[in-house]
Amino acid sequence: MAEVRAEMVANVWKVVAAEGDHVDDGDTLVILESMKMEIPVLAEGPGVVTKMYVAEGDVIQEGDLIASIG
Amino acid sequence: MLESVLVANRGEIARRVIRTARRMGIRAVAVYSDADAELPFVREADEAVRIGPAQPALSYLDAAAIVDAARGSRAAAVHPGYGFLAENADFARQVIEAGLTWVGPDPDAIEQMGDKIRARNLMEQAGVPVSPGSREPVADVAAAVAEADRIGYPVMVKAAAGGGGIGMGAASDEAGLRAAFETARSRAERFFGSPEILLERFVERARHVEVQILGLADGRVLALGERDCSVQRRHQKVAEETPSPGVSAGLRERMLAAAVQAGEAVGYRGAGTVECLVDTDTGSFVFLEMNTRLQVEHPVTELVTGIDLVEQQFLVAAGEPPSFDPASVTTSGHALELRVYAEDPVRFLPGPGTITEWEEPAGEGVRVDSGYQAGNTVTPFYDPLLAKLCVHGADRDQALGRARDAVAAFRVTGPKTNLLFHADLLASPDFTSGSYDTSLVSKLRPT
Repeated sequence: MAEVRAEMVANVWKVVAAEGDHVDDGDTLVILESMKMEIPVLAEGPGVVTKMYVAEGDVIQEGDLIASIG
Repeated sequence: MLESVLVANRGEIARRVIRTARRMGIRAVAVYSDADAELPFVREADEAVRIGPAQPALSYLDAAAIVDAARGSRAAAVHPGYGFLAENADFARQVIEAGLTWVGPDPDAIEQMGDKIRARNLMEQAGVPVSPGSREPVADVAAAVAEADRIGYPVMVKAAAGGGGIGMGAASDEAGLRAAFETARSRAERFFGSPEILLERFVERARHVEVQILGLADGRVLALGERDCSVQRRHQKVAEETPSPGVSAGLRERMLAAAVQAGEAVGYRGAGTVECLVDTDTGSFVFLEMNTRLQVEHPVTELVTGIDLVEQQFLVAAGEPPSFDPASVTTSGHALELRVYAEDPVRFLPGPGTITEWEEPAGEGVRVDSGYQAGNTVTPFYDPLLAKLCVHGADRDQALGRARDAVAAFRVTGPKTNLLFHADLLASPDFTSGSYDTSLVSKLRPT
């Protein structure tokens, strides 16, 4: 089980992957926005998205869980 | 003279405008979002009005809320700063229709220059050099491919209503063009509300040099020297200097003359900037775009000319002559601006956070325009600019030396900052030699 966490304070602009989706290494899970920059959050290995913790419009803090991939 | 002004902006530029307004005896009204209630610009204004929550669309981009705030605070004028609504012709019209003085150019000039395709066409007619490019919006990918074949690769793909480098991409072949076109179009819709795209011939070894213009109340347009803005990351400026080390006296004369022609072609009033690309191989230049507002990097021009550009904006808006004699503008020495961003100094990724320590450098030739102080929180809602560290010296070497000392003395703890990048920039032979182009940052920070 891999946990994907936020590297910085950001707004969740787009949730690209949904729970149950199969993702490969490098696939975009969500797109964050901070300080007028879009920051894609990528899967770091193949798996299934078991849980998506964020929704579009959320403000997340550094270290917050974004998704779990099993 | 204006009795009062509402500053429709935030951070360092709101503070900068408020400072000159108060010096001139103009009552300054700030507006702020919930995220900014504690920032210095709110406290330094004579009066401050909350206009909404943190999200820009519900505060600094909410034209109706800002006009209401101006009415409620009985402000006589509105200064838009840069970004947000500064180049929004409809906002300027709403301000004027509300009976307020708009501290900026005529809304028609904003509109003409805001559309990059119209602006290019107008400049070409006015005799200002433009690069080979689109004369009308490129409708779809197929049209883009045909247009690129006509213009010749490499091409730059841009949003016609765009700015800030957002959505821009270069392409050296058809596959690259298809990708760049899709990116540009999605960003254009999202950020600028218009899907219109244009293509321009991409100059590979180029310097980004701009000319400060000032349209006077009597209709004359002055050119107040150039600024070199070639130090960029993600097509956004990080450091600027004047005079440009890459512009000869002859080229400067031609660029300044072209900038005056550009301003005259739209009946420009107030402070504006004509951005050009200088081809370092041929020494020729082309018009890129005109920014119809005060520019972020205006302080370097102020440092070498001794002219307060915000003061001139207020004077022009009030229909008065400038504070200086237009016939005897002289420049002295060399000035640099380093943009201190809340981002890491290697990958340039945003790093907001709460500021626990904030100590600005001071000393001869050092000017800091900052938006924050210790105890403030830098939030993810707005651009990452924390402060502009500006230095002035008798020559470029002295300015560089003062910049190095000032960067070393600038202490910020809490958010990430790019101060270490600036230290590297000021130590790099590519920069100090003066013979750099827009590829400099990618050389210093290869990915």
